[in-house]
Amino acid sequence: MQSTMRPNAEASGRLSRWLDWCDARTGVRGLLKHALEEPIPGGARWAYVFGSGLLYLFLSQVITGVFLALYYVPSADHAHRTVSYISKVVSSGLFLRSIHAYGATAIVIVLFLHITQTLLYGSYKGRRELIWLTGCFLFALMLGMAFTGYLLPWDKKAYFATAVGTSILSEVPLVGAPLQQILRGGSQMGTLTLSRFFVLHVFVLPGTLVAFIAMHVGLFRKAGAAGTFREDPVEPRRAPQPFYPRQLIMDMAASLLIIVVLALAAHFYPIRLGPEANPSDTTYIPRPEWYYLPIFEWLKKLSGDWSFAGGIVLPSILALLFAAIPFFDRGRERRPWRRPVVVAGFTIFVASYAGLGVLSAHEDSHDAIIASQLARQKQAEIDTMREPFQPESSAADLPAATAPAVPKDPLAARGAAIFAAGPCQDCHGDHGQGSDVAPRLIGVGNKFSTDGLAYLLHHRTAKMIDGGMPRIDLDDADTKALVAYLRSLK
Amino acid sequence: MATHSQTATAASPEEHRIVSLPSALSEHPAACQQRRTLLGILLAGASGMVGAALSAPLVRFAAYPLHESAEEAAWSDVGKLEEFESLSAPVARTIHVDRLDGWQRSQVENGVYVVPGETGRLRVLSSVCPHLGCSLRWTAGAKHFVCPCHGGTFNDEGVHIAGPPRRAMDELESKIENDVLKVRFQRFRQMIAEKEPIG
Repeated sequence: MQSTMRPNAEASGRLSRWLDWCDARTGVRGLLKHALEEPIPGGARWAYVFGSGLLYLFLSQVITGVFLALYYVPSADHAHRTVSYISKVVSSGLFLRSIHAYGATAIVIVLFLHITQTLLYGSYKGRRELIWLTGCFLFALMLGMAFTGYLLPWDKKAYFATAVGTSILSEVPLVGAPLQQILRGGSQMGTLTLSRFFVLHVFVLPGTLVAFIAMHVGLFRKAGAAGTFREDPVEPRRAPQPFYPRQLIMDMAASLLIIVVLALAAHFYPIRLGPEANPSDTTYIPRPEWYYLPIFEWLKKLSGDWSFAGGIVLPSILALLFAAIPFFDRGRERRPWRRPVVVAGFTIFVASYAGLGVLSAHEDSHDAIIASQLARQKQAEIDTMREPFQPESSAADLPAATAPAVPKDPLAARGAAIFAAGPCQDCHGDHGQGSDVAPRLIGVGNKFSTDGLAYLLHHRTAKMIDGGMPRIDLDDADTKALVAYLRSLK
Repeated sequence: MATHSQTATAASPEEHRIVSLPSALSEHPAACQQRRTLLGILLAGASGMVGAALSAPLVRFAAYPLHESAEEAAWSDVGKLEEFESLSAPVARTIHVDRLDGWQRSQVENGVYVVPGETGRLRVLSSVCPHLGCSLRWTAGAKHFVCPCHGGTFNDEGVHIAGPPRRAMDELESKIENDVLKVRFQRFRQMIAEKEPIG
């Protein structure tokens, strides 16, 4: 492409030469041209912004996620503490965490808008089946991201929601039970579950997402944008306009709106961290995120024998039907009112799904016991957020809990007290574990006899004196006790 | 791929694919071109500003440990005063220092040397070499502190004798309380001639 963009003679002369240098080596001008001059039959429309809105949101999640990972530790004993640290101590921690959490909700909403738009416009027609299929897979991956991320704070909500979610998985025939155990890292939820979910959330799913997004966009560019639903999907008649500048501006405006909404939500309604996961809590009433409430409600309605058919079979059939739409609805007709089966089917599903969600909220608010427990749980979250951050105490602050047991032999126990009270521990470390300035004493009983040790304590070698070993001033009884302790160090 | 090219180059035959364009639309007047460039610059500018606004919380978040207010250094016990009464040469001691390590409290072990000064005053020196941070060791034979990394050498009072370190061994604030020698462990900036506490 010749450089026809020369707004300012001198500066652009230099810029142009630099661009020429890059372009000769990378072909960047051609790439940019290919990207920006994507033809859109019938021109730019606001209806098309949702795809790139999703791309922007994914980028936002990756960035905020990476930064959160600077402080987050994915183990059962540290997860809650580190999320608390982020939320209460680190600058902008609560803000970024809220952006990340609300970003997930935003993705679900924009996904819904994107799917609705492409379905209504029949944009899966005209050799675009693979775009639709990769899109379905991306949808599943995004739901997986929401599910795995939800566990990471390791508060009660996260713990129980995941326990329930992974239990549903076990109902799948044949592979369900082993799959549940692989996901949980065992039969129970625990620190291994957290590690696995972290790996899925940070490495496996995002990597797969990037690959499939690349495929999805690549296939889309190969087939060409479908344009409005009045356009033929195979040979659009209307003159195309390039993506740049109008569609790009619309996309950027939409992304800007998304950022602003997220930032406002994060600032005025920051996300809460609830009390730490406690599997023994029998009063807790788990509820999934809002977009899973309809499924939750549906599962409530199924009982006994219907639970497998309704909970596993039906959703699977619906998902397959959804993925297969481009193979049923094959004609070139794209106008929604001329495709009643697909449009009506989709509308009925969405209405039912939304209806179930509304029903669930209604039932919860009208059940006195549930409503009051849910209110208590919400208050517990608020209280948890109000508590100032407590750093985790190290083992040294809890000697009784973490120290090896005091030797049972009373003589050795007395020796232990002498060892700890005197200067011995300062150089030789707790329980004789050794340090930079003095050797390990564990196992010293194997090298010296009782008498030998007693002699050594009162007759330091030159090496010991050089190393800074002070004179031992103990009477016979205390020496015996100390020797007994030293010999007990294993 | 048929592109709606804004430049003078016309779409070549092999670029015609599914979409075919009326050729009249394949060229644009120069004024339109300049408007697109201006728009491009405005867009880039707007994105830049939004990006900068967004990056502020991200940078503050990542850089938090740099500007968190450091805790007052705690006092650690070195040993009973009587141990050092007849001290003739520097002696090594391990001290336990409480510190706030991110989101956890921990006890760290650090090394110090108790050094007899003139007029019987006890001084506590840090074992951290002021050059690059290796652990100094006292060699009783040569009566020097030597750094194993680059050979920095100090005399029995911690004064610099030879090697790359640019100052003496760092003396730590110490006090005697209830017949116990206590020290306040601190770290100091490496490689400079002045003793400057970090944090």
